[in-house]
Amino acid sequence: MHEMSLAEGVLQVIEDKSKIKGFSRVKTVWLEIGELAGVEVESMRFCFDAVMKGTLADGARLEIIAIKGQGRCLTCSKMVSIRLRYDPCPLCGSYPVEPTGGLEMKVKELEVD
Amino acid sequence: MCTTCGCGQGEMKIEGEAHAHTYVHAHEHGSLVQSRSHAHASRMVQVEQDILAKNNQYASANRSHFAEHGIFALNLVSSPGSGKTSLLTRTIERLKDKARIAVIEGDQQTSLDADRIRATGVSAVQINTGKGCHLDAHMVGHAMEKLALADDSLLLIENVGNLVCPAAFDLGEAHKVAILSVTEGEDKPLKYPDMFAAAELMLLNKVDLLPYLNFNVPLCIEYARRVNPYIRVILTSAVSGEGMDEWREWIAAGMKQAAEHKANEVEALKRRITELEAELAGKGR
Repeated sequence: MHEMSLAEGVLQVIEDKSKIKGFSRVKTVWLEIGELAGVEVESMRFCFDAVMKGTLADGARLEIIAIKGQGRCLTCSKMVSIRLRYDPCPLCGSYPVEPTGGLEMKVKELEVD
Repeated sequence: MCTTCGCGQGEMKIEGEAHAHTYVHAHEHGSLVQSRSHAHASRMVQVEQDILAKNNQYASANRSHFAEHGIFALNLVSSPGSGKTSLLTRTIERLKDKARIAVIEGDQQTSLDADRIRATGVSAVQINTGKGCHLDAHMVGHAMEKLALADDSLLLIENVGNLVCPAAFDLGEAHKVAILSVTEGEDKPLKYPDMFAAAELMLLNKVDLLPYLNFNVPLCIEYARRVNPYIRVILTSAVSGEGMDEWREWIAAGMKQAAEHKANEVEALKRRITELEAELAGKGR
């Protein structure tokens, strides 16, 4: 999607948190990324390293926790697992499935010094 | 800078501002790695915050401003060349006698679009995103300051021509409006689903060209509804004027709702003041 902007968003969240929690060095960053959020994980890793250079998270390890895609079929009303946001319902084959999980793009936790 | 889509920072410029507006990050330069201390035990910090939290904060500030002033704001999104600016100038010509209108134009470079809008007699400000591929809520907030928006007015934000990134960035608008022209493929809602899923309304534009094309209108609408069953569709042409009345009525209904909502809030506050004054009087002051 636009992983460079997202990596910059991650840095802003980290910098804001560093002022509140008083840390100056980030060793590990855990992100929660939903399978339906449209984020390319490999691209995110590349952009993360580039954006963090020269900041308090320079060289930080990036851990990505994938969140499974889930949704409710608007036709058969069943909760189903989906891998792509606009896939048809695996049970009845209809569109659309309203996503209920897997859209997350979150900074979950940091390991800091 | 972004190798994926060209997103960048530090080159954004709002027309009329002397300095390029940059985001300031607290970069620490120097030999950080060598001086890293191993004596400190590391600790964990819970964050649980959305990656776009900062943008969302700016967006809610913009949204509150719109609500307090009864402003109906629309975020117009499309690919480049869908006819957004022509459609906008025609829309403004039809609305400007009845409504106060302001426009924010987003493009990578040039103020050509804002110039076209200003030629219609309404105020417009151009944001040049530099390497950026979308407008964000922070840029829009600054542009709003420049425009000094009137109460109960209409704000049209023409986003950068791009069907991908603008979908994720809330600007504080009431609705996103996706504009798709019939010279593009009817399968665009499937190829760029996030944008059509985020939009309240799709304007299927340049319909005066339909006789010369193999564009399947019902199929296009079916694809759009597959990703967004609630999307409303209006067929428009800035050239023939088709659909312009329906589009204008849709805008007018939104403006009326925004103004009424503000009026109700003001009424509620006035009632509250009266109640508090009565309470104060009851305490013998």
